[in-house]
Amino acid sequence: MTTAIAIPEEREKLTKKALTADHPTWCPGCGDFAVLAAYYKVLEKRQLPHENIVTLAGIGCSSRFPYFVNSHGAHFIHGRAVPLASGVSLSRPDLHVFLFGGDGDGFSIGGNHLEHGARKNINLTYVIMDNFVYGLTKKQTSPTSPIGFKSKTDPTGAIDHPVNPMKKLISAGATFVARSHATQVNHMIQMMERAMDHQGFSVVEILSECVEFFPGAFDSSIPRKGGTFTVIDEKKWDNAPEDEARHDVTDEIAAYRLANLPFPGLFGVFYDIDRPTKNALEKKWIADTRTKLGNRSDLEILQKTFDRMK
Amino acid sequence: MSTSPVVEEHETPSPDTGGARADLRPEHIRDAVIRLAGNSQDGIQSAGAFLARLAGRSSQDVMTYMTIPSTISGGASIFQVRIGSGEVLSAGDEADFLVAFYQHSYDEHIHYLREGGVLLYDSDHVQPDPEEKRFVHVGVPITGLTIEALGGTAKDKGKNIFVLGLLAKIFHFDVEKLKKLIAERFGGKSEDVLNTALMAFQAGFAYPVGNVLTRLYHFEPVEASDRAQITMDGNQALAYGLIAAGVRYGAGYPITPWSSIMEILRAELPKYGGLFVQAEDELGAVSLALGMSYAGHLAITGSAGPGISLKTEAIGWASMAEIPLLVVNVQRGGPSTGLPTNVEQSDLYQAIFGGHGDSPRVVLAASTVEDCFYIALEAARIARKYSTPVFILSDTSLATRIEAFDEPDLAQLMENSAPDISPRDGEFKPYALDHLTHHAPPGSRMLGGKYPVVTGLEHDEMGHPTGSPKLHTAMTAKRRRKLQDLAAEIPVPEVHGDPEGDVLLVGWGSTYGPIHEAVNVARERGETLSAIHLRHIHPLPDGLEQIFSRFQRVLVVEMNDEGPYGYGQLASILRARYCDPKIRSLTKTDGLTFRVREILEGALQ
Repeated sequence: MTTAIAIPEEREKLTKKALTADHPTWCPGCGDFAVLAAYYKVLEKRQLPHENIVTLAGIGCSSRFPYFVNSHGAHFIHGRAVPLASGVSLSRPDLHVFLFGGDGDGFSIGGNHLEHGARKNINLTYVIMDNFVYGLTKKQTSPTSPIGFKSKTDPTGAIDHPVNPMKKLISAGATFVARSHATQVNHMIQMMERAMDHQGFSVVEILSECVEFFPGAFDSSIPRKGGTFTVIDEKKWDNAPEDEARHDVTDEIAAYRLANLPFPGLFGVFYDIDRPTKNALEKKWIADTRTKLGNRSDLEILQKTFDRMK
Repeated sequence: MSTSPVVEEHETPSPDTGGARADLRPEHIRDAVIRLAGNSQDGIQSAGAFLARLAGRSSQDVMTYMTIPSTISGGASIFQVRIGSGEVLSAGDEADFLVAFYQHSYDEHIHYLREGGVLLYDSDHVQPDPEEKRFVHVGVPITGLTIEALGGTAKDKGKNIFVLGLLAKIFHFDVEKLKKLIAERFGGKSEDVLNTALMAFQAGFAYPVGNVLTRLYHFEPVEASDRAQITMDGNQALAYGLIAAGVRYGAGYPITPWSSIMEILRAELPKYGGLFVQAEDELGAVSLALGMSYAGHLAITGSAGPGISLKTEAIGWASMAEIPLLVVNVQRGGPSTGLPTNVEQSDLYQAIFGGHGDSPRVVLAASTVEDCFYIALEAARIARKYSTPVFILSDTSLATRIEAFDEPDLAQLMENSAPDISPRDGEFKPYALDHLTHHAPPGSRMLGGKYPVVTGLEHDEMGHPTGSPKLHTAMTAKRRRKLQDLAAEIPVPEVHGDPEGDVLLVGWGSTYGPIHEAVNVARERGETLSAIHLRHIHPLPDGLEQIFSRFQRVLVVEMNDEGPYGYGQLASILRARYCDPKIRSLTKTDGLTFRVREILEGALQ
C-alpha cells in the first residue's frame, strides 16, 4: 500500500499550524483551551519528530483533546485510557505518549487503572484537567467535587469526601506528581515539560474551570479574582540557610504534607523520584532472555520448544 | 467407544510364577482407556502426562481427560488417558483400567469401569466390594510399597511414579523411553529428586503384577509416521499457535481455565522480543492489548466467560475503531462463577452478541488440541486482513487435555510480526468507505501532513466525529460487510460420513471427537450417520444450506442449555439464519464432555 511514495528528506519545522487540527468544541471560556495552547507550545518548543507524538484520551470534555491536535491519536472509552496508553508505551519505546483526561475519567471510573499505571511506573505523561464537576453529562458530582457542591445528583449538596489527587497519586506510586492551573500558561508549560522529561509515570493535575457548570470553582487560586497562586519553593541544594525550609521533591512525607494543605493549596512539583520504569525492567528481561538464547531466530526458538514436546 | 482389551471373568490367578508367565496369552490391543483416580496432590496428572507423552513418542494416538477440583489444594481428581494404535477421537466413555488410590476414588469411579475391566487399587486404602464379580480385581499395597522403596522422608510422595511403573509392566511400555521422559521431567531439579522418581518407577515395575492378570497386553505396533508427534494440551497449543502467528504482545488477568495461556505467553514472548502484561483487571487487560494493537502489533487478550463480560465495552471500541484484536475465551460452566473447572459451551451468544450496538466481530472455535494451534493462525490472519476483533473459543476440556498430533511445519507457518510504520501518502484515509481499513500506527509519517485519530465515536472517512445519519448508516454497513466478505472466503466444512442421509450432526468446538467417533461407531454398525464441524461460527461459511438440504434431520450437538424455546445456542443461530425447521438440538449441561453413547442415543432415537 505504500509503494512508490516520494519521502521528503527535509522535515518542516513543527509549528502551531502543523499541530492544529479540528477547532475545539469546548464552551467559550473553558479552561481546557489554555491547556491545549500550552501543549502546542511544549511540542513547538521541543520539536519532537511529528510522527512519534501520540495524543490519547478517554471520555469527557477534556478527553476530546486528540481531535484538536494534529498528531497520531486515539479517543478511547471512559476511564481506560491509562491501560491503553500503557499498551502503546510498553510496545513502542520510540513514541512519546501523552494522555489527557478529566477528574471523572482519571479518579472515578479509571481510578484503579491510575493506581496500577502509577505503581508500575509506565513511561508516559498524563495531564488531568480537573474541574470538580462532570461537564459533558451536564453537572453531576465528580470525585473531586467539594462537600456541599450542589449538582444534579446532589441537589442538596455533595456529601462524599472528595479525592485528594496529589495524595492519591503519591500513595499510588507515581514518580512525578505536579499541580498547575489553567490560568497560569507559563507554569503549565514548565510542568508539562518537566513531566515529559521525567522517565516514568508523570502526572500533572491542572485546575481547569468549567465556566458552564461550576463557575468560580477556583477563584480562590486566581490572583486577579482576589485569590492566591502560590508556587512550591523547591530545594536548590545550594547550602544556603533558607534552603532548609524549601521542599525536597524526593521526600514522600513532605510531599504528602503539602498535599494536605487546605484549598487552594500549592502549585508546582510535589514529588519527583527516580525508580526504574516497567518499560526499562521489561526491556532488560527481554534483552537478557534474547542474549541467553544466543539471539536465535523466532523460528529456531519455537522449533526448539516443539522439539522438547516430542 | 473402547472395544478392548478383552478380559474375561474374574479368574483365579496362578500364584508364584513371577514375571511374564508363559501361560498367559499375549493379546494385541488397539486401544485402552486408563483412568487414574486419586487426589489432586498425588501427582496423578503428571503420571497421566507421562503416559500421554510416551504414546506420542511411540507414534500412537492419545487423548487425555481430567477433572481438577476447584478447591485451592487437594480434593478428588482424575486423569484419564486413552492410548490407541488407531485414531483416538475421544477420551473414552468407559475405562478399561481403573487405578483407585482411595476408597472415595473407588466409590466414585467404579461405575466408569466397563464390565470385564481391570480394577487396580491401593490395597492400603481401598476395600473393593467382595461381591463384585464383574471386574478383575488387582490389589497392590501402593502406599506401603512406595514408602518402603523410597525410605522415610518422601512418605508416600512418589505413588504416582510407582503406578507408572506398574502400568509400564502391565502394558509392556517401552521402559527406556519412559525413564528418559522421567529424566527430562525431573532432571532439571536436584539429582535426589530424579533418583527418587526412578526408584519409585523401578519398584512399581518390579512388582509381580502379572501374577494376578489373566492377559498380557501389547499395543499393536504402529508404523512410525514420517512426521514427529507433538504432545501438548490445548492451552499450550493455542499459546504456541499465537507465537507462530506472529503475535508478540498481549495482556490478561488470571482466571481458570485461561491462566496457563497467559503464563506461557508471559514466559515465552520475551524470547521473541515481545511482552505479555499481567493487568490489574480484565478491562485493563483488554485496554492494554488494544493499545498494543493500535501501536501496530496484533495483540491478544483472553479470559473465561466472566472476564470476557468485563472486557465487552472495550471490544465494542475495537469494532468501532476497527482495531485488530484477538480475544481468547476458554469457556467453563456458567453463568457467574458457575463451574470453574468444568466444561461448557455456553459463551457462544456472548462471543457473537456480547456487545453494545451493532458491533461486528469474528468468532472461531477450536475443535481439537491440534486445532488450537491452527485456529490461532487463522484468527490472526482474519484479524489482520479485516482489522477487526476476532474471538477464539476454546473450553476446559481442550485446555486441560493432552493430545499428540503431527508436528506443524513451522518454517512454512511462521508469520512476521513487525508493525507497518512506513510513510503514508496524502491520500490516506483511516476509515475509507471503499476499501478495508488498515490503520497507520503511530510512528508512520503522514506525508499529506494530516495525522489520523482512531475513535470510538462514529466518524467520517478521516476519523472526525460525526452525527450524520448517512455516515452512520454507511459506516455501520462498512463494518458489517467485513463479515459478509469473510463468509464468502472461508471454506465450507467437509461432511464426515455419507454425503446425504437421515441425520446430519452439526458440532462446534471440543465436541469434534465424540461426534466423529459416534459417526464411526454408527457406520460400523451399518447405520448411516454424518457430521459437519464448524470452525468459523460467526460469520457462518456460505453454502451450509446445500449440505443441510441433503439430510432429513440436522441435529446440532452442543454443551449448553436448550433455552426457553428448546434449542441450544448454535442451533438457535442456525435456525435464525436458515429458517429451517428440521434443525434440532441435542444439548447437555452436566459440566462433562459428551459421551459417544449420548450422541448415538440422541441421533438414532
